[in-house]
Amino acid sequence: MSFLDLKNVTKIYPNGTKAVHETSLSVDEGEFMVFVGPSGCGKSTLLRMVAGLEDITEGDINLDGKLINEVDPSERDVAMVFQNYALYPHMNVYNNLAYGLKNRGIDKETIEQKVNDAAKLLQISDYLQRKPSMLSGGQRQRVAMGRAIVRNPKIFLFDEPLSNLDAKLRIQMRLEIKKLQQKVGVTSIFVTHDQVEAMTLADRLAVINNGIIEQLGTPIEIYDNPKSLFVAGFIGSPQMNFLDGNIKNKTLSAEGFEIKDIDSDFEGEVKLGIRPEHLSQSENSLINLKVDLVEQLGSDNLVYGHLKDKKDFCYRCPGNLTIEKGADLSLNIENNKYYIFDKSTGKRVN
Amino acid sequence: MKIKPLQIIAHIILILGVLLMVVPIWISFASSSHDSVTILTEGMKFHIGDQLARNYNEVLNEKGGWSEEVTAAKMFINSFIMALGIATLKVVISAMSAYALVYYRFKLAVPIFWLIFITLLVPLEVRIFPSYKIVSDLGLTNSYTGLILPLVASATATFFFRQFYKTIPDELLESAKLDGANAWSFFIDFLVPLSKTMIAAMFIFMFVYGYSQYLWPLIMTTAEEYWTVVMGMKIIYTESYEGVALPRTAERFAYIILSMIPPVLVVVFLQKWFIKGLIQTEK
Repeated sequence: MSFLDLKNVTKIYPNGTKAVHETSLSVDEGEFMVFVGPSGCGKSTLLRMVAGLEDITEGDINLDGKLINEVDPSERDVAMVFQNYALYPHMNVYNNLAYGLKNRGIDKETIEQKVNDAAKLLQISDYLQRKPSMLSGGQRQRVAMGRAIVRNPKIFLFDEPLSNLDAKLRIQMRLEIKKLQQKVGVTSIFVTHDQVEAMTLADRLAVINNGIIEQLGTPIEIYDNPKSLFVAGFIGSPQMNFLDGNIKNKTLSAEGFEIKDIDSDFEGEVKLGIRPEHLSQSENSLINLKVDLVEQLGSDNLVYGHLKDKKDFCYRCPGNLTIEKGADLSLNIENNKYYIFDKSTGKRVN
Repeated sequence: MKIKPLQIIAHIILILGVLLMVVPIWISFASSSHDSVTILTEGMKFHIGDQLARNYNEVLNEKGGWSEEVTAAKMFINSFIMALGIATLKVVISAMSAYALVYYRFKLAVPIFWLIFITLLVPLEVRIFPSYKIVSDLGLTNSYTGLILPLVASATATFFFRQFYKTIPDELLESAKLDGANAWSFFIDFLVPLSKTMIAAMFIFMFVYGYSQYLWPLIMTTAEEYWTVVMGMKIIYTESYEGVALPRTAERFAYIILSMIPPVLVVVFLQKWFIKGLIQTEK
């Protein structure tokens, strides 16, 4: 049995809303697991059930070989970092860190040492006497992490902790969280709706939609091999292009072009997915793109244009290529990297 | 800096307001330092007279009442105990009941809250006979418990605490739970320190409320040793002159001035918190 084990976990709220459907998942010791999905998909609910802040309607949660369904949150030995940090506003940083330890009846010297160690690790030693209201966003974030670290819990739970920070700080804290987790080596679950955060932090990633884990795997697995239309659309930036198409006799026709000998026996209506970065300009073109708009990011250009019916088709090309608005581009798919999904079920068929 | 006409007008209004508040108190104080004959023949005074020490000493230490045993000093102590008891218990009980109403999500929380709230429509004066009956059946007449207990439930304070607790983010409770806080320690370690400005403000209101109670102590106490200041104002100096004696106007003024001191002290000591509690919530 792995370190954290969720078995057929279901959450139904008293008003009948089903937030999580029979979800099973295991997290290994020391692993950094990320739950990613759009807001309202049930990822936070799942995390809160692990923390003990939500009742489990059905199913079992095991932590370190012990069933914790009915265990009180304080007894579960989990630490959580909240979206708005939930620092104790009337206590200084030292007491914010020490409060959980005091409640455990740990003696004063040990507490002092643990708090000082955690503060040193997070570089907040200078602020120990300050109140949270006197700290900047990044410092508050560190204090919230310190409060989690100092207890030396079995598992860290992060509930979108970076979403209140500005873009630059978010990237910096993202890096720090990853480094810290590697240094401390504590099993962690991180909830986010930001797919870049998810990709960069995760050892493994669970893409959640409508209370169901759509796909579970390493970030690269999920990027390279999305199993459903939802995952394909959610992971990757800019988003994957989707074209309506039809398969007959192993030939896919969409938007005025055909792909022959596809690796699928599926017949019927499909969605063809192509990532903007898997396109390149070539002579023997497959797709003819009429350019409407070019976003120059420096390293890359994002070219938006239209096909026969499809609008806002995106093509990502190196920043040194000059592309004018109104140009006609002939594009090919590199290495046959395209994805075909059943239009009715959203499942991958190639 | 140029002073605008509007500012002058504003200041005039403010100064008038201040005078309106201060002048009567000053007149009372000045008049309390003359002897009663002067006041009766010449009217109220604006300047300090020579009887200050004598009048105040007399008021504080003269034994009055029917049995000629109770002094004003004793009444001050009684009033202080009563007001302190009422204010303390009101704050404690209201804070705790608001805590229960906000954080224990039982089905009847909302109906119970409204039930508490509508008791605002039934002040003590309206329910004074049933209250008296209960207190006297319990044998609590002529005791501090009897003076304090029927007045300790407060819908107003419960309401204010409830509204305040509702603004405290849920994450704080959840985070505290994960840190091992139980129901009691969340109240003591979080809600009490977070609402200390609120507590101070409520304490002042309730102290003044308790201090100025008149009807309840009047009905409740037959023994003079439990008389309160507000009762004494009426009783002592109407009882103690008989026919031929002159009304003791100067002593009355001294008594009034003295009776104002305890609430003023409470306000002065707690005003820093009081103002904070009214204008901001520390979160």
